[in-house]
Amino acid sequence: MAYAAGVDVGSTQTKAVIIGEDRKIVSRSLIDTGANVVKAAENAYTRALSEAGIREEEVEYVIGTGYGRYRVTFGNAQITEISCHGRGAVQLFPRTRTVVDMGGQDTKAIRVNEVGEIVDFCMNDKCAAGTGRFLGAAASALDIPLDDLGATALKSSKGTKISTTCTVFAESEVLSWLGRGKKIEDILWGVHQSIATRSAGLMRRVGVDEEVTFTGGVTRNVAMVEALEQKLGLKLNVSEEAHYMGALGAALFALDHILSSRTPRESSVEAAQ
Amino acid sequence: MTITAGIDVGSTYTKAMVLKDGKELLGRRMLPTGFKLEEVARKVFDLALEEAGVDAGKVDYVVATGVGRHQVGFKDVHVTDLTASARGAAFLFPGTRTILDVGGQTMKATRVDDAARVNSFRLNDKCAAGTGAFLEKTARYMGYTTAEIGPLMVTSRESVPISGVCAVFAESEVINHLSMGTPPADIMQGAIESLTSRSVQLIKRAKGEPEFTLIGGILRFSTMADAVREQLKSEVNVPEPEMVQFISALGAAILGHKRILKLRESGAAAPA
Repeated sequence: MAYAAGVDVGSTQTKAVIIGEDRKIVSRSLIDTGANVVKAAENAYTRALSEAGIREEEVEYVIGTGYGRYRVTFGNAQITEISCHGRGAVQLFPRTRTVVDMGGQDTKAIRVNEVGEIVDFCMNDKCAAGTGRFLGAAASALDIPLDDLGATALKSSKGTKISTTCTVFAESEVLSWLGRGKKIEDILWGVHQSIATRSAGLMRRVGVDEEVTFTGGVTRNVAMVEALEQKLGLKLNVSEEAHYMGALGAALFALDHILSSRTPRESSVEAAQ
Repeated sequence: MTITAGIDVGSTYTKAMVLKDGKELLGRRMLPTGFKLEEVARKVFDLALEEAGVDAGKVDYVVATGVGRHQVGFKDVHVTDLTASARGAAFLFPGTRTILDVGGQTMKATRVDDAARVNSFRLNDKCAAGTGAFLEKTARYMGYTTAEIGPLMVTSRESVPISGVCAVFAESEVINHLSMGTPPADIMQGAIESLTSRSVQLIKRAKGEPEFTLIGGILRFSTMADAVREQLKSEVNVPEPEMVQFISALGAAILGHKRILKLRESGAAAPA
């Protein structure tokens, strides 16, 4: 059996996914990207291999994606993360037509067709407002672990309106609300609402219809899911693999390549077996 | 004789200045603003009075300015920081027609007439990339404090380009440069040049004309003024380093002096 792999080198975390010919995930890994991007890609891949218990030679094709995709030195090809998130999302949720990918430093709204091809997309290319970093800034200002943000925010009954756009200024706004006696959960819920508003704006620019699939690292945050669903007035598809969607999409493209490059005879022999 | 005070509650620092007769400096003090604006305004006022050797009861008029001016409980009146800085800049440099004020969280370009009245202005207060916060973040990513920025920059030999589009995105740029072995001083210099480009754009949008006067906390760094001079291709006025952060407080205190003279003329506030 052949294996295919995708390695998604993101601004904050690097993800690797290995799949089999049946398109099912065999193993996956996640590490912080850090300063050495080449090393991060290698480490994530090595971990996924050892978790799957397979040798490097058994993986026929590897595709790099994410902002650091050209630093995946062992990759056979590179594909943008926009294509990969679209592909991954449609594989898991075939009725997906809009994908919202929220990562450490960027938020992307992607419009896909029924086979997962990109029709349109837009992203925050100019600044970090409305991205995962906004949450990170709030977390550090309030001294709450990133993983506890969502649960804390959901305790709120009334969000504090956050008026600043800039992530840097948001940090001081959060502290000033705290100084004025607002509850932490209300400030945090306000932060989530503010990000949801900006992201919904991005999504409307590409169009929202049928199913919306939420991907990227911020999907782990329950309050962000809730805030986006409230803002959009619909349920989001959130998979267990949402954080790995870029890497999964890359692995699926790698598998496509393997299958299409086989001679028809070879394939039929295998099919017969 | 008049004794007046100007209190400038800025986004990052709060400044107080006490003047005699609207021109003679008696005392000035500065504290980080923090989040208790009313408290810090009171504290910095008391410190300035102490330095001036003046009792609070002897102060004829207190004028508050800056983003937190409404929180100054003991003020007689408040004016915008644009009005105050125009007055302060014209006091030091009477030929001033354009003021560039680069502070901790804002950047402002103001055009004034020959009587130091504000004609028009352009602001950047939505994005940290055009403010002191950009330098502060850049320094922090490299493990330097705000106080170390100035001494660090003067050792730069050759700046590296920093895009300066977003203070958050700058972090990855800084990390990339550091990993390639670029000296922190050259990265810092690149950051200030990118801030300068933004400030020159703002001056152009405000249709600024000479003389240019540069004020605000960021002008403590002499390299900033040099870079603006070079990019504007024009001479610029820069107050002395110990004065450059106090121009709005100075202007506010001068406005207080003018006000009290007017009130006395009309007999409304003759001292007992």
